[in-house]
Amino acid sequence: MNVLIYAESKDRGFKKAINDAVYYGKQVANNTGGKCIAMALGSVDNPSELGQYGVDLVIHDGAEKFDAFDSVQHTKALVQAAKDHHCNLVIIADTANGKSIAGRVAINLEAGLVSMVNALPLSYDPLMVSRTVFSGKAIAKYQFQTENKVMTLAGNSIKAEKQDRVAEVQKMSFNVPDAMVKVLAQETVKGEVPLPEAELVVSAGRGMKGPENWGIIEDLAHTLGATTACSRPVADSDWRPHHEHVGQTGVAIRPNLYIAIGISGAIQHLAGVNNSKTIVVINKDPEAPFFKAADYGVVGDLFEVVPRLTEALKKYKSQNS
Amino acid sequence: MNILVCISKTPDTTSKISFVDDNMKFNEQGVNFIMNPYDEWYALVRAIELVEQNGGKVTVISVGGSDYDIIIRKALAIGADNAVRIDMQAEDASQVALEIANYARSRDFEVIFTGKETIDFNGSEVGAMIAALLDMPFVSYASHLEYADGKFVIDRDIEGGIEKVQVNEKFVLSAAKGLAQQRIPNMKGIMMSKSKPLEVMTPLSGNHPRVKVDGFETPPAKSGVKLINPENMDELVRLLHEEAKVI
Ligand SMILES: Cc1cc2nc3c(=O)[nH]c(=O)nc-3n(C[C@H](O)[C@H](O)[C@H](O)COP(=O)(O)OP(=O)(O)OC[C@H]3O[C@@H](n4cnc5c(N)ncnc54)[C@H](O)[C@@H]3O)c2cc1C
Ligand SMILES: Nc1ncnc2c1ncn2[C@@H]1O[C@H](COP(=O)(O)O)[C@@H](O)[C@H]1O
Repeated sequence: MNVLIYAESKDRGFKKAINDAVYYGKQVANNTGGKCIAMALGSVDNPSELGQYGVDLVIHDGAEKFDAFDSVQHTKALVQAAKDHHCNLVIIADTANGKSIAGRVAINLEAGLVSMVNALPLSYDPLMVSRTVFSGKAIAKYQFQTENKVMTLAGNSIKAEKQDRVAEVQKMSFNVPDAMVKVLAQETVKGEVPLPEAELVVSAGRGMKGPENWGIIEDLAHTLGATTACSRPVADSDWRPHHEHVGQTGVAIRPNLYIAIGISGAIQHLAGVNNSKTIVVINKDPEAPFFKAADYGVVGDLFEVVPRLTEALKKYKSQNS
Repeated sequence: MNILVCISKTPDTTSKISFVDDNMKFNEQGVNFIMNPYDEWYALVRAIELVEQNGGKVTVISVGGSDYDIIIRKALAIGADNAVRIDMQAEDASQVALEIANYARSRDFEVIFTGKETIDFNGSEVGAMIAALLDMPFVSYASHLEYADGKFVIDRDIEGGIEKVQVNEKFVLSAAKGLAQQRIPNMKGIMMSKSKPLEVMTPLSGNHPRVKVDGFETPPAKSGVKLINPENMDELVRLLHEEAKVI
């Protein structure tokens, strides 16, 4: 089966989620005797770099109009590429833009769609995949009923392995309608790994007492190279920006390490973080529900424990660099 | 401005999640079902506000059995004008989208609101599918919306911030936190909801699911928390490195 990956680009390159999706696609292509093809749109410096993760061919339309995201235009190009190259499976990384085209691509290809796939297929013939449901409290196994198939891949689901390899690049010019959604502006934090992609996350809650105390959280995150997050009441009181809010009504994340500081561990909070591989909880209340979901726990005053942890990390880093 | 709001039903987050029939079916025993929070708090309320300011009607639509009627009545009590239920137990998002698009196609809705995702399966699939079927643009994860002179200016949540976009034509939107403030139905709303129309319609024929669930599993439980002396953070760092292998 030929597999097509939507290689969403950012700042002229590819995000980690795309490398994972490509790697996933390569495994499916290998196991079903097909090719792994990626499609990139807009300004990208080096599309052939996707070869490192297994892509055989990158179809690239560098037209500037694709730099602003329009779900109709991007879908149209992706569907065209899938048809041109006889790809029965389209893989899309589970990002904000990925999510806004997945359903559209599925309809246009008359394909079944499974979102938030969390691991390599359970079987290849027929293709069966698993995904998390009920906010990580269960896993569902899915079977496609259609010849064409679309899936979105949840962040940090697999570990992409890198090879010394470049992909062939084919220049393309897709014929798409004018954009119906006009992008006016983007306001995003610069320089930090966005939460859904972060492998290390330091998160804090109401136990911090107020926004003025966040320096110790930022120090820890900085030392670790982690992205910062927060509980909902913290975002609701504007102690921290809205995009840092994790949980059922915020961002759902699955980093390798989640450090929860002064967060009680309410079920709605856990819903967004309990797929994290390792959870560390720092809380002064030994009865805090979060300890039940944790791998490592520290019962103590965060204002003492957090700076101590930062120091220990600094020491570890200087010894190991 | 006529607005269609898609409403789904979901287990309350605090529900115990278990399965029956050899792990093939979700166990509904003792589960409290609610209106999906994104649909209720954000999509529905923002739609009602737009109609309050600009005139028109809010229609709510659900694809589901008669067990949906209780949440549909709640939507009417919060302020929707009328309701439609397509009488069908849908198994996947494509079935839901086909029914809703089919209903909306011949009617004149300015905007179709969905929620960001249903909180049980977190699919975020239906909105984009409806948009595709109706050939309309789609704006996902809207956390702020302004309307003036036939133009919508919307903030949509993206990784690490927002993107501000403008749409001038009929479109489909999915509502995220921030789009509106939750409204609690009052006594008058509840009384009025009883006499508001709820039309039940039969589904399309030949609308089959495109993906099927082939069983559920519950993930292995955590082995229990390892407590670390708060005075000894070197030990925590060592465990994160050597045992958990995350740093
Ligand atoms: C429908 C619904 C959806 C929701 N969605 C979300 C969501 O998406 N995300 C979310 O986070 N919440 C969500 N909530 C809210 C959730 O139920 C909790 O209220 C919230 O997570 C609590 O935030 P918190 O843990 O920061 O605060 P608190 O519950 O107040 O906990 C503060 C913790 O800090 C500890 N602490 C205090 N001082 C110190 C100290 N000096 N040192 C160490 N520890 C200290 C305390 O022991 C306590 O455990 C939702 C609620 C509902 C009803
Ligand atoms: N059965 C349904 N009936 C009506 N609307 C639905 C139904 N299922 C999902 N939706 C809508 O689609 C949105 C996204 O759902 P989902 O794609 O299931 O995550 C929900 O927030 C609802 O607005």
